[in-house]
Amino acid sequence: MSEEVLTHAIDKSILSSSGKSLSLENEDICINVNDLKLSYGEKQALHGITMPVPRKRVTAFIGPSGCGKSTLLRCFNRMNDLVDNVSIDGEIRIDDENIYHPDVDVSALRRRVGMVFQRPNPFPKSIYENVAYGLRLQGIKQRHILDEAVELSLKGAALWNEVKDRLHESALGLSGGQQQRLVIARAIAIKPEVLLLDEPASALDPISTLKIEELIYELKSEYTIVIVTHNMQQAARVSDYTAFMYMGDLIEYGATDNLFTNPTEKQTEDYITGRYG
Amino acid sequence: MIDNFKSWWKSGVPWIWLNAGAVSISLLLVLGILGMIMVKGMGHFWVSDVYEMQYEDITTPVIVGEIVDTAEIPRALFNEVEGLEKTESIDIIQRILIKRGNREQAADFQWIYAHKIKSQSNPDDLIKLERLEWGNFYGYLKNVQQSGKTVSEKKQAWAELNKRFERILELREKVENLEKDEISSVNYGINQLRLKKRKLELDKEDTPENLKLLNDEEKAFNERYQVLIKELNILRTDISRDSADFISANGTVVNIPLKMMVSILKPNEMSVFDKLGHYVLNFYNFIFDDPREANTEGGVFPAIFGTVMMVILMSILVTPFGVIAAVYLREYARQGPLIRLIRIAVNNLAGVPSIVYGVFGLGFFVYFLGGNIDQLFYAEALPAPTFGTPGLIWASLTLALLTVPVVIVSTEEGLARIPRNLREGSLALGATKIETLWRVVLPMTSPAIMTGLILAVARAAGEVAPLMLVGVVKLAPELPLDDNFPFLHMERKFMHLGFHIFDVGFQSPNVEAARPLVYATAFLLVLVIVLLNLSAIMLRNRLREKFKALDV
Repeated sequence: MSEEVLTHAIDKSILSSSGKSLSLENEDICINVNDLKLSYGEKQALHGITMPVPRKRVTAFIGPSGCGKSTLLRCFNRMNDLVDNVSIDGEIRIDDENIYHPDVDVSALRRRVGMVFQRPNPFPKSIYENVAYGLRLQGIKQRHILDEAVELSLKGAALWNEVKDRLHESALGLSGGQQQRLVIARAIAIKPEVLLLDEPASALDPISTLKIEELIYELKSEYTIVIVTHNMQQAARVSDYTAFMYMGDLIEYGATDNLFTNPTEKQTEDYITGRYG
Repeated sequence: MIDNFKSWWKSGVPWIWLNAGAVSISLLLVLGILGMIMVKGMGHFWVSDVYEMQYEDITTPVIVGEIVDTAEIPRALFNEVEGLEKTESIDIIQRILIKRGNREQAADFQWIYAHKIKSQSNPDDLIKLERLEWGNFYGYLKNVQQSGKTVSEKKQAWAELNKRFERILELREKVENLEKDEISSVNYGINQLRLKKRKLELDKEDTPENLKLLNDEEKAFNERYQVLIKELNILRTDISRDSADFISANGTVVNIPLKMMVSILKPNEMSVFDKLGHYVLNFYNFIFDDPREANTEGGVFPAIFGTVMMVILMSILVTPFGVIAAVYLREYARQGPLIRLIRIAVNNLAGVPSIVYGVFGLGFFVYFLGGNIDQLFYAEALPAPTFGTPGLIWASLTLALLTVPVVIVSTEEGLARIPRNLREGSLALGATKIETLWRVVLPMTSPAIMTGLILAVARAAGEVAPLMLVGVVKLAPELPLDDNFPFLHMERKFMHLGFHIFDVGFQSPNVEAARPLVYATAFLLVLVIVLLNLSAIMLRNRLREKFKALDV
């Protein structure tokens, strides 16, 4: 398994960066996490995370269950606000604006930071209305604008050819993989800067997973993507940078190729070689 | 043997039998109730044969009428009633209940003894006459008269009577249209003008110009009224022109004006198909006619209309109340001991006896709310109350209050069932909580809301006790919906099938005549509730199909 991961990672590093190795110092930073602490009641879930997330790259969070990777991801669009008795300390800056500042409009933030969940969650409406949902929220009613945006988003999510003849049928009639791509189309329809993917392929079959991964690869030219995944091959295949988390701590963070071929921490090595987790 | 029994017991087979038995008994009971109501009620509309009997009794040697019921009594009881010597005999004597009609001459129902009937026949030319007053008449036709002069008798009389009766039916329709539509709307207009005038006086704006306008209008109404009354009087003399002489069972001749007749039949002459036709017609009339004779004759249309109207109004009132309360309790309120307490209180509201709601409705809605509305907006009509008296709106509100817990509980359950990730999906696209509620959560909850509404309708349609305090009356000639502005008169009193059953069954001056109507009305009430529920269920199923939950 680790050999396969390695060859993949090496292949990709040659392909994606054409020989030039990636390094955080050379990147334009989009999100800056600064000493972020989070606890649910008495239980602390994140112990002071500090990390930069580069713009227009794919950053993967890996780690065993309960390590806090989803919690961290859900801080980026303040989805954790919905949880009762959560307390957050520290700051997250997106484009140098602290999103936890009391004056921040959460709805506006979420329009800038889109999110795709573990399980496909299309609304019980037509395919068209699902994609147009975010735009309608913004008060856009003109038919031609909506039509155009829907087509563009569905094309962007590589779903257009499969659904163009049944845009007005229920989205619940789509397969799981199609639903997940529809949800991605819905997220990119409102043109966010950042796209958060919370284990987007964990509920899908291998072929759908492959399609989602290809899509992520295409989307990174326009969006800053943060992906949480359980699947290390997936992290190696799709991401430019990888962060390994364990028990609410960020253990190691760096270019994916380096992290998988040459981990500096013992815990990282143990995890990626499958010794625990 | 014991082992066999043990393994049979353990296999669970006896439980399955027990369960199946319980289900069958419940089903049998339901079918039994419906069957009994149907048989007893629906039989009423069948045109039965009319018998002429020679009877061993000095006071009534001849009895003419329909057989309604039979019963058996021991001879001992018979002897006691008849004043004969006491006997220990255990013989059984048959009694027959005869509907003799002709109430102006004697009691219209009579028990007679089968063994005292000397002979019985059903002659073809016996006539059954349904009348507007005094119930049915049974007898033979003697002649037909126009303005007191005989125009036809013997064999031709029947054909002549039928011909002239057609004319009466046409005239009656004209009279009804004139009275119910035109004259009543003129009266309504005059009354509104009177109120307007009074309002001007109260507002101290009764200047000559203002008054003149109203007086002119009133004059126009009065002129129209005079014209209509003249027309009506002509029709009335016209309709009173014809009459017919009949010979009743005791040989007396009775003159009955044709305008008093509702239907004329020779039941013994009719074929089964004729009777079937009349059966359908009678049932139709029962549904679509107004009641007559202290509700013991005629139809129940105002009661059906009132019931449906009240249930619809109740649904319109209860849905927003219940849904808003449930949304607050489930989505916004901080879950804690207080909310738990409120929830318990709401659930317990459903257990409060309904008459208590009636008392509350009367005290709060009718006297307090209605009284204040009258003071504020209908001062010109005082001291006659407009809203400060029981009426449709208050009955609907009271029942809405009675059923709101059901809607709250089922809406809350529906809200709890919406998957969390759908809400998050909406929020993640920048929707606020209220936008998520409106666009995703509430549409998906609509089947659950409908379930609550279905339960509410089932409960409200069957409720009678509180209604007697807040709006239902024995007879309401004006429907709450008519063609006088503002068309829907929510302050009016109304009739209700449930109360109608009570009234016909227990408050009626003529118990025997009313008995079949009790069953027929009960059957209609069940039918109305089933129809209301079916339409709600169909609506719910469509919503369910549309917003079916994710199957992942």
